[in-house]
Amino acid sequence: MATDSTIFTAADPDEVEQIDDLDETVDVYAAAGEESEGRVFNAVGGDWDDIVGEVGSRPEERIVVNMGPQHPSTHGVLRLILELEGETVTEARAGIGYLHTGIEKNMEFRTWTQGVTFCTRMDYVMPLFTETAYCLAVEKLLGITDQIPARASAIRVLMMELNRVTSHLVCMGTGGMEMGATTVMTVGFRERERILSIFEMISGLRMNHAYIRPGGVAQDLPAGAIQAIRDILPEVRQGIHELELLMVENPILKGRTVGVGYLDLTGCMALGITGPMLRAAGYPLDLRKSEPYCGYEKYDFDSPVRTGADAYDRLWLRLQECYESLKIVEQVIDELQNNPGPVMVEDKKIAWPAQLAVGPDGMGNSLAHIKEIMGTSMESLIHHFKLVTEGFRVPAGQVYASVESPKGELGCHAVSDGSTRPYRVHFREPSFNNLQAVAAMCEGAQVADVIVAVASIDPVMGGVDR
Amino acid sequence: MTETPQSPENLPAGPGATPEPVQRGERTGMFGARDTGDTSGYGGLRTPILFPAAAVRPYGGDFDVIADAVEAAIPDGHVERIVVDRGELTFVVARENLAAVARALRDDPALRFELCLSVSGVHFPADAGKELHVVYHLMSLTNDGRRIRVEVTAPDADPHIPSVVDTYPAADWHERETWDMFGVIFDGHPALTRILMPDDWPGHPQRKDYPLGGIPVEYKGGTVPPPDQRRSYN
Repeated sequence: MATDSTIFTAADPDEVEQIDDLDETVDVYAAAGEESEGRVFNAVGGDWDDIVGEVGSRPEERIVVNMGPQHPSTHGVLRLILELEGETVTEARAGIGYLHTGIEKNMEFRTWTQGVTFCTRMDYVMPLFTETAYCLAVEKLLGITDQIPARASAIRVLMMELNRVTSHLVCMGTGGMEMGATTVMTVGFRERERILSIFEMISGLRMNHAYIRPGGVAQDLPAGAIQAIRDILPEVRQGIHELELLMVENPILKGRTVGVGYLDLTGCMALGITGPMLRAAGYPLDLRKSEPYCGYEKYDFDSPVRTGADAYDRLWLRLQECYESLKIVEQVIDELQNNPGPVMVEDKKIAWPAQLAVGPDGMGNSLAHIKEIMGTSMESLIHHFKLVTEGFRVPAGQVYASVESPKGELGCHAVSDGSTRPYRVHFREPSFNNLQAVAAMCEGAQVADVIVAVASIDPVMGGVDR
Repeated sequence: MTETPQSPENLPAGPGATPEPVQRGERTGMFGARDTGDTSGYGGLRTPILFPAAAVRPYGGDFDVIADAVEAAIPDGHVERIVVDRGELTFVVARENLAAVARALRDDPALRFELCLSVSGVHFPADAGKELHVVYHLMSLTNDGRRIRVEVTAPDADPHIPSVVDTYPAADWHERETWDMFGVIFDGHPALTRILMPDDWPGHPQRKDYPLGGIPVEYKGGTVPPPDQRRSYN
């Protein structure tokens, strides 16, 4: 046995210190010229448990753990850099950028309408909110906000509120799974699937819909959509109730979440936190109430508020918001059933020329429209061609439009230079902003609490990194 | 905050002087054909890119109240220009005054813009001496959810803008993103490092002089060039 092993077997602590002082920065395996950083443990032979015990018993030792870059559930790829003292987190930093795809840059090279196809892929858990924020910004730039048909706005509200439920279900489901409660996840995803099938029926896609367009929506609700929504609503409500029964008074879940990930109102204000995190800290900010858009002022719903400012209250709020969203959905489908009408702005220089008709194969064009442009009217064909290939021009200027997304304020800053393509579009993603709170929420807590705290922010990295 | 949408065509004429719209570039041609093949004559078209002019009192709605409060709280000359456009209020501030203005906007009892929601950059290569624009969106919870925008510019040759992180900690990541994407150096930022791009990435991708990149795609014998090399309308 080499002499180095005496470091770990020596009985006298003073002697250990002495030897350590001699050896602690000498890495016998380092290449010539390589500097060692910090203390070096040279273990040659001996019992591994003894060595580990010796290393762990030094109270001044801090361990930096690189949690990730990994894919925590469906949140995307997040890297957390944690400095630990035992089980306690002394410093937490988030590393992001692993899902950066340059969506904002790409949007500058497509027409204003094509931009929807890109921005819907930012936060793939709440695509309809990103689409709406972008379209509201484009409409504001065009000055046609007042001309959007009521039916188009109602369909937007319908889709957004259903999307809010799916987003919250993903948050609660994956949040539960991260704590080891797989039943929460299966129930959450089961209910989400019902709503995704409605999205598929209406927009043709379960995710990345590109359904909401500048000027209105891509197409009217297909026949039977309202009945299909009516059919699933009780099931979804039942499923959410099931989650409520599973979680709200569950002592294990409460033990994991109450008082965890605490961020009070002061912290929220400083870090620009909005959405359920802010409402869980006691401030009733809900843009649907304070600055109604898309006709939210017509609907009767509550915006629940809690004061615990912890992961439990955020979870509770999301559950309640699901019920409130279903309440709005019920009111919207009543309205939609009784009020047919156009779903695209009247201005033919902006409105997408064709209302697509979904054929038996799930895709296709409106036969009436094809007949008109190909058989009857040359002008219609030219108009169709110009609008689809060239797009419309948007007067120069800049606007900021925001919607209340499931995660907080989702804003879109759009700049136009008067051409047919966005000059610059920037999204104020709530996930991006709220993830800044990781340090404030996790430092001083246990490693296991980091998971709960991050899950309670509900970050989706597609939105964070864009 | 209902406000008649204003564009360069219907700006109100002020007493004495009519504000001129701000030119930030020029667009040439129309159909995207820059080298050959355009026999339409539109290729010679030159259109100035005009952004909304400075606003003239009254601004309408809440905006006069906000502007009065800003005038009272912030010393003369710190706000270069006020723009009212499409129902939004923008304060254009010289960069050297930004820190003081931000602090006053947050702390003055009549203003109290507590939330800095977003920081983003815009690159105008043709706006000589003001190529880089940084835009802050502020919101006041105390005063009824009022919103304003603060705009600061810096030249490409000296891309420095003071950081507002000590006033608005929320701006931390947003400023890092703006540095990452535009190369704006926020002086006084606690850790101005890249945030979305890898640490060793050369260049700042959102700048207009940075190419989009991409490869030609072949499909059924035809080749589609990458999006930034396709012929497109402008």
